[in-house]
Amino acid sequence: MSMDSWKSIITPFDETVARSLRAGDHVRLSGVLFTARDKAHERIGRILKEGGKLPFDLKDQVLYYVGPSPAPPGRIVGAAGPTTSSRMDPATEMMLKLGVRGFIGKGKRSDHVISLLGQYGAVYFGTYGGAAVYLSRCITSSRLVAFEDLGPEAVYRFEVKDFPAIVVNDTEGGDTYEAAIRRSVRL
Amino acid sequence: MRQGFQRKGDIRKGSTVFMGQRKVHTGEIGKAVYDLIYSSSFFLPAGVLVALQGMRDGETDRTGKETLAVLCDNAQMAPEDRLPLCQDCGAVIVFLELGQEVCLQGPGLGNSINLYTARAYEEFYLRKSIVSDPLRRVNTGTNTPCFIHTDIVEGDRISLTVYLKGGGSENMTRLKMFRPTASPDEIVLFAAESVREAGPNPCPPVFLGIGIGGTADAAMINAKRAVLRGVNTSHPDPFYAHLEQRVLEAVNATGVGPLGYGGKNTAAGVYIREAPSHIASLPVALNINCHSLRYRKIEL
Repeated sequence: MSMDSWKSIITPFDETVARSLRAGDHVRLSGVLFTARDKAHERIGRILKEGGKLPFDLKDQVLYYVGPSPAPPGRIVGAAGPTTSSRMDPATEMMLKLGVRGFIGKGKRSDHVISLLGQYGAVYFGTYGGAAVYLSRCITSSRLVAFEDLGPEAVYRFEVKDFPAIVVNDTEGGDTYEAAIRRSVRL
Repeated sequence: MRQGFQRKGDIRKGSTVFMGQRKVHTGEIGKAVYDLIYSSSFFLPAGVLVALQGMRDGETDRTGKETLAVLCDNAQMAPEDRLPLCQDCGAVIVFLELGQEVCLQGPGLGNSINLYTARAYEEFYLRKSIVSDPLRRVNTGTNTPCFIHTDIVEGDRISLTVYLKGGGSENMTRLKMFRPTASPDEIVLFAAESVREAGPNPCPPVFLGIGIGGTADAAMINAKRAVLRGVNTSHPDPFYAHLEQRVLEAVNATGVGPLGYGGKNTAAGVYIREAPSHIASLPVALNINCHSLRYRKIEL
């Protein structure tokens, strides 16, 4: 697979970078990712509602929707592919308000989330669903950050190198999944 | 189904010969489930890998081809890294065909299967994804209970299939009760529209099981069973084999492609399992399985 058409992006990144990305761009992310899925979103929502403070700062960070399998002895992390993003749609504006700049997962987002991306200046990346070992190899470190009791749904801070993803929804309303279906209609 | 075992167990107390001559310990069946969970979790069935490689070689969309190459690589990497193919290590679905000549001995069959499943998920570092209650949602911590379907059949053999199903693709399941006069065209359209609407969510290319006929519950179970028929097979009845082919073409014309990024490979295969039906009913159930079709069969 040729690497030359892939953009290298350092995470975290700011709004300018987010707004420069376009649906369909192939990117390799290097830097930090925070993990969060259903239960972590629920917990963060509850803490904020009670006026509490989060034990981590998500400004300009990229969230990875993942619940890894347990790491066997001697490994950094277990299998770690993306989970279905749409389940996090109702809690996405909360994350955007916390400053999240990018989301990685698989599957479609709601029209509401797509419009919020333009409003807040953030992007949604799709990665390779079911390529959990392939993606695990891109994770160079993993540290528990919060909510240990949630097991695979706890918040981890990953460091990644050349983690592959495709921009699915950009800040201008571009949609890679819709484009794929439209391409076939034209054929 | 489990109740059926209990009834026969009670009869056995009075007459051990009644249940047949071949004695099988339930622990042996549990141990077989343990072994099948291991092989299913780490090694993609040969036929599934060949199908992925074939689609990769034939895909004309650049992103679709790259995506399929990643999925093939992933299948090679899982055993190398001793990590499961997918972090969603699935709900454990067990299909058991139990010969009526078999005399089961030992602890309850369901208990034995669950015990060995819990061991497998712990010892192989598989993710435990089952909650004990659908609304209270507390993880059982063992990936049990399994979902066990038992048929009592003739003879003294036991046929065991373990099928691991992830949540992302299971959530795309569809059931539609058609008018009994509906034409095959309507079923083709329903299947293709459902897969198009599911889009990237179930991790295509999908293996599409279709249960046609029966009662609603029977159609759903047939849809599950259908994808386990064998990857590179077509229905033995030419009428249904033709229908499978039509559904495959319609699904692949959607353009959804590998993981929804576009291409001509949205389904890897279509598998129909039909059943007799009520004169007023024509249920059609869709079991949409992701590209990582993880299952194994064994005869005991």
